[in-house]
Amino acid sequence: MLTSSLLLQASALPAASTLGTANPVSIIMFFLFVLITLYITYWAAKKTKTGSEFYAAGRNISGFQNGLALAGDYMSAASFLGIAGMVATKGYDGLIYSIGFLVGWPLIMFLIAEPLRNLGKYTFADVVAYRLQQRPIRIVSSVGSLLTIAFYLIAQMVGAGGLIKTLFGLQYELAVVVVGCVMTAYVLFGGMLATTWVQIIKAVLLLSGATVLVILSLATFNFSPANLFQSVADKYGEAMLSPGGFITNPFDALSLGLALMLGTAGLPHILMRFYTVPDAKAARKSVFVATGFIGYFYILTFFIGFSAMVLVGKPIIEGIDKGGNMAALLLAEQTGGTAFLGFIAAVAFATILAVVAGLTLSGASSISHDLYVHVFQKGVSNEKGEMKVAKRATVALGILSIVLGLVFKGQNVAFMVGLAFSIAASANFPALLMSIIWKKFTTQGAVWSIATGATLSLVLIVLSPTIWVDILQNSEAIFPLKNPALVSMSAAFLTGIVVSLVNPEPEAAEKFESEKLRTYLGIGAE
Amino acid sequence: MHHPNKTAHAVIESPEFKRLVSKRWSVSLLLTITILVIYIGFLLVVAFDKELLATKIGSYLPLALPIGFGIIVTAWLLTGIYVFWANNTYDTEVQEIKNKINAN
Repeated sequence: MLTSSLLLQASALPAASTLGTANPVSIIMFFLFVLITLYITYWAAKKTKTGSEFYAAGRNISGFQNGLALAGDYMSAASFLGIAGMVATKGYDGLIYSIGFLVGWPLIMFLIAEPLRNLGKYTFADVVAYRLQQRPIRIVSSVGSLLTIAFYLIAQMVGAGGLIKTLFGLQYELAVVVVGCVMTAYVLFGGMLATTWVQIIKAVLLLSGATVLVILSLATFNFSPANLFQSVADKYGEAMLSPGGFITNPFDALSLGLALMLGTAGLPHILMRFYTVPDAKAARKSVFVATGFIGYFYILTFFIGFSAMVLVGKPIIEGIDKGGNMAALLLAEQTGGTAFLGFIAAVAFATILAVVAGLTLSGASSISHDLYVHVFQKGVSNEKGEMKVAKRATVALGILSIVLGLVFKGQNVAFMVGLAFSIAASANFPALLMSIIWKKFTTQGAVWSIATGATLSLVLIVLSPTIWVDILQNSEAIFPLKNPALVSMSAAFLTGIVVSLVNPEPEAAEKFESEKLRTYLGIGAE
Repeated sequence: MHHPNKTAHAVIESPEFKRLVSKRWSVSLLLTITILVIYIGFLLVVAFDKELLATKIGSYLPLALPIGFGIIVTAWLLTGIYVFWANNTYDTEVQEIKNKINAN
């Protein structure tokens, strides 16, 4: 028994050694991806002159295409490599995470997709501000958006640098600069149209790459998932196939679950995608398509994780990266050789590019559309001026993301993703939902709700075990939950309700009628 | 004052529109509650009764696996049910109300 596992390790070791050296296949594949996407950007640039083209691809994307693009925006390298790694090292617990990431999608469909499409123009703040006072709402909601985007962006950039270093043996700093420059080019020249096609290509590559990886791995088990699970149980014990120590405190579980679930419905770059389709029907179709692809993808990641656990082996995976992030790549090399490793590595790199492009575009929209037009220009939109600001904001965000990537080098990025989801669930989601469904919602209510959600998320996560204990090395956390969403989101809802009731805004309630007509019938929707 | 808001008011107060809105929210809320109960229920079982999920079905497969995959598939099917309902029932009624508005 012992000798056979040793033999397996010995045979796997040399294979693992090509990680970290420049692999010609991955370099060619990656350059091919960049060339094709830059060509698309060039093509899109000619069609991107007006605001509606820059922010919303002229609202000409079909429901199916947008579904793929939504899936592309959502399936980050963190979920591909991170969840596969979590399954490969911790077993079933990884699946609990991916289920949480998925179940937010039905809620987007049932609660906000159609109203969002019917009421908004370019950003989700359009919906919140629809019948409330523009300036205060635009200011707080852009703070909510930009905070969410910033933390998500840092996580992606730091992850990108580390990943590329491991994959290509390229310097961390160089990798961060390359990612920053290419994604700035997509957004700057091609706007939403180019970004959408980058997402679609990336989604197709990622889904097909992961499918081939699962097929190659299952071939080792005679195409029988039962054999795969049997081998996991034989090698690492049956406990791997059911929940382990990941969730012990039920409040922690609930809090994390709410953050993952409702955070999805508050991510600015996801919400922005609903304006790229012509109508509410197409918006519905996109969520259905996206949920299907994302669900399929998470099921694949699960098989990838378990196959890596058996075929590559936990010691090797954890030896290269403690978090198991290289599990999918090691499995690719094991089952498909160096060329396939190169392909999957290039896909992972492309994935990061696409996600940061989507984030940057939504950040730039918030700055130009919410802040510049509605706060500094008092709502008087001058298309040329707005586009100029949007493009400057894109360049500034590109530079900022490179700087943040360099500054946060080596930091643990998991909590930043958690924080981004928690702010999205607490600051963005409650205000968005209440503005759609509640007649008595007021400007003050929205402002206080967003401010409470954002501030509490930030403060509580610093006091939580994630930062207070793990990073700041204190012995005991001041706030007991790892994720603050349970408290911060409930507080955001409660604050919004109480403030609105205490200080009614008859004008907002009156305008709710015309909002209602547009929400349900789509009359006047752009 | 004869202003589009007047028509908006009339439409919103019409029984058809009220029926449409309440039907829309009954369907949405029913589906929302379904997915919340499924997911939160799952998390609570994970937190309180891990043994239940470790129960074997067949010779080695724990209940946790089919349940996990089942939740993913169910989430997708629920979105499908909503799309089916909205495309067939909701959109038809919206069109009827719109036709009425245009006829006036």
